[in-house]
Amino acid sequence: MSIDTGGYGALIVIGAMAIVTLATRWGGVFIMGFVPINDRVQQFISAMSGSVLIAVLTPLAINGDNGARLALLATALTMLATKKPLLAISAGIIVAAVVRQF
Amino acid sequence: MSNPQQIITIQNVYSGFKQLIPLSLFVIVFGLAFGLAATQVGLDNRAILAMSASVFAGASQFATLDLWGAQVSLVPVVITVFAINARHLLMGASLHPHLSHLSTAKRYGAVLLVSDANWAMSLQAINKGNQGLGLLIGGGIALWSFWLLGTLLGIYFGGAINDPFSLGLDMVMACFLLAMVVDGKKDLRIFAIWMVAALSSLLAYWYLPPNSHVIVGALAGGTLGAIWMGKKHEY
Repeated sequence: MSIDTGGYGALIVIGAMAIVTLATRWGGVFIMGFVPINDRVQQFISAMSGSVLIAVLTPLAINGDNGARLALLATALTMLATKKPLLAISAGIIVAAVVRQF
Repeated sequence: MSNPQQIITIQNVYSGFKQLIPLSLFVIVFGLAFGLAATQVGLDNRAILAMSASVFAGASQFATLDLWGAQVSLVPVVITVFAINARHLLMGASLHPHLSHLSTAKRYGAVLLVSDANWAMSLQAINKGNQGLGLLIGGGIALWSFWLLGTLLGIYFGGAINDPFSLGLDMVMACFLLAMVVDGKKDLRIFAIWMVAALSSLLAYWYLPPNSHVIVGALAGGTLGAIWMGKKHEY
């Protein structure tokens, strides 16, 4: 189905995007209302929540440019050394910016 | 669980708002890049602001711009947005045990603005035995406000930053998420889960349909966690 984005068409597409996104925000809470929470489910959820972050980051680290890779490395090392998230993020961005100047 | 019951108060929402302000300043730049990119594909200002306000999910908004034109096919847009934002389903599921005692309105209201940063900080606080819902809600309000402000700035002053990539600004969220990972609990079981998540997400990234890698990696890591059970609730 194609929508002409002139006039109100764009707002219809945006409305559909908003509804889908809201469904993802509410869906997890909704579905878990039907799942009995036992120890195994609890373990699944906690392992999954860390894995979300790993799954976002890994392809970025492997397929990214050297700027991205070194930025992540700088962030990890700074975080391990200082435990200060904002410092670690800043280090990562600075490294990416410097590497990408060359 | 040994964690205290999670409560929502004006104080902890305000505190969560303040705690996400520093990161939100980076989000302004993201929003700026989005506002600029959106004007360049021909969206009008009202539509761009409506999108940032109602969708509030940067990666999916950027992806939609690639599909934008005088005519837009609705189905590919909806599929793309769903695939990129499906990780919200997992975030909501992970928060559910800490929301289940709340009224329906509060439970769904609390996750209305869930996104990577406020979710990660909220869950981390909860797992450390602290109050986390203020970070989720107040942090969500901070991120949403600054995302909208950034979008607005991008529409009118986007030319000021013509290449966010060369300034490393595309790395803000990834570096933040990595900082959260590094700060979490680490032992042999967690490393094994991370390895499974990493490998499966990579395979999905290479061989499965676009944008499926987060869900695949997260479910694979979660499955190992359910098989190899830890001693008690942990991150």
